[in-house]
Amino acid sequence: MYTQALDSPGKDPVAATGEAAERFQARVDADEKIEPKDWMPEAYRQTLIRQISQHAHSEIVGMLPEGNWITRAPSLRRKAVLIAKVQDEGGHGMYLYSAAETLGVSRAQMVEQLLSGAAKYSSIFNYPTLTWADVGAIGWLVDGAAIMNQVPICRCSYGPYARAMVRICREESFHQRQGFEIMMTLARGGAAQKAMAQDALDRWWWPSVMMFGPSDADSKHTAQSMRWKIKRFSNDELRQKFIDVTVPQAHFLGLTLPDAHLRLDEVSGHYEIGPIDWSEFHAVLKGNGPCNRERLEARRAAHAAGEWVREAAAAHARKLEDRAATAQHQERGSP
Amino acid sequence: MNADARADETQAHVRYVLRLADTSLILGQRLGEWIGHAPALEEDLGLANLALDLIGQARLLLSYAGELEGRGRDEDALAFLREAPQFLSVTLAEQPNGDFAHTITRQWLLDAWQLEMYQALAGCADPRLAAIAAKALKETRYHYRFSSGWLVRLGDGTPESRRRAQAAVDELWRFTHELFSPDETDERMRATGIAPDLAALEPSWSRRVDEDLRVATLTRPAAQPYAWHGKRGVHTEHLSHLLTEMQHLQRTYPGASW
Repeated sequence: MYTQALDSPGKDPVAATGEAAERFQARVDADEKIEPKDWMPEAYRQTLIRQISQHAHSEIVGMLPEGNWITRAPSLRRKAVLIAKVQDEGGHGMYLYSAAETLGVSRAQMVEQLLSGAAKYSSIFNYPTLTWADVGAIGWLVDGAAIMNQVPICRCSYGPYARAMVRICREESFHQRQGFEIMMTLARGGAAQKAMAQDALDRWWWPSVMMFGPSDADSKHTAQSMRWKIKRFSNDELRQKFIDVTVPQAHFLGLTLPDAHLRLDEVSGHYEIGPIDWSEFHAVLKGNGPCNRERLEARRAAHAAGEWVREAAAAHARKLEDRAATAQHQERGSP
Repeated sequence: MNADARADETQAHVRYVLRLADTSLILGQRLGEWIGHAPALEEDLGLANLALDLIGQARLLLSYAGELEGRGRDEDALAFLREAPQFLSVTLAEQPNGDFAHTITRQWLLDAWQLEMYQALAGCADPRLAAIAAKALKETRYHYRFSSGWLVRLGDGTPESRRRAQAAVDELWRFTHELFSPDETDERMRATGIAPDLAALEPSWSRRVDEDLRVATLTRPAAQPYAWHGKRGVHTEHLSHLLTEMQHLQRTYPGASW
């Protein structure tokens, strides 16, 4: 899943100048991939570190809302599929941390930034999963929005990020289909199940629409990121694409979107939505969403409770190394 | 064989398969509680792998038990609509996760047991069970590498990890007696060439466990032969709580499809 926080308030990166910067931009313009050892402007490096690490953190925090239903999944098949999905998210976090590490930041530093609250992750995971239908809604809407965001990143100018994203997108589209299938089963089930599906759509629709970040007029980083081909489409273009794909899916499910203003513009062929409540978005981004505290606390608690385990693994590895060194020394010393 | 004897034998067969199925299911359910909260990302992925394999084993075994029983119960009816006393998992499987040392120790003791069981069952007289066991054996070899590797890391790690690992071994050891104590169902299935001689599997399990404890610099606790009977449906207080959570949706919406 993707983070929209790239567009969170911050400094607009300053474009580098000079011959190296010009050569760099020419390579980007020619659609060449930039690799870890290549020269790159410092602002490009920092923008990528921030975006990739936020993306990785989103995957890790994203394990929590869905993980909340692993022990209560309503069938063994659903339980297995959900475990596999949450596991995939952990795997995505791992590739993304590795991709960010190629830019000169360590995983330990990135985790520290997440736990201290300095780094952002996608705000969508600060919403609670209150019923089983939320697991379906996350797959359908949140992963659906993530795919819109992430498919263009498969062509990102930075090679390691682009390559990680190819694999991630394949898995995300599988998750999206599974989520839709959960929603379809509920929508075709009994009245209580259908109500559960509608309630989940009511709660997840607007946060999903907001996942694309502020509208283009208010988005600070878009222009430079586009020149660097880190970003290929604007927030509003991606949001519109998501809405156009998702509204007919909701109709197919027989569910109602929670937007009285929603209408199809016959001329453009696009759906128009009502006004987005950005105060909600900013409140959650600032840390005041329904689960901001709980999500960060869960990550901190797991990290703190695991500290003695990580120390044990490191201590054991050192012992093995020492023993191997001693054995080698003795071997060399023997006649 | 008359009809009554045949019915008795089928019932023993179903019970025997359910013991294996329920042990994997309950253990997989416990591991599922960890996902997202493990000590490191690698362990989140590793524990999720184990949970997935165990749930997969449970599904194959429950479906088979349902077919043998012939009352139309599928894997979900058996997993979600039985009460605690009808679950036949060994008592060790339902023990709470505790700290990482407890989870690893529980896993290691059961992995070493499942290795013996599946190895024996892979060549048993019931071809369906033999095929499931052969698949599960491959998975269990990996599980055992994971759990015994961690037991060694914790035991031979820091003073704190060693203390925690020894505490977990001391705490959980009492449930191992049940693993090798045959009852009438085991004996009956053994007579048909399906079940191995449980008591005869113990020495090999014991050797493996002793070797791991030695490498982990941990001490084997004295035998504590209290007769736990999870596999006969007499559980600790933990199981009904686990089931309340696991079965919540199926119980709330009877007959719904998910």
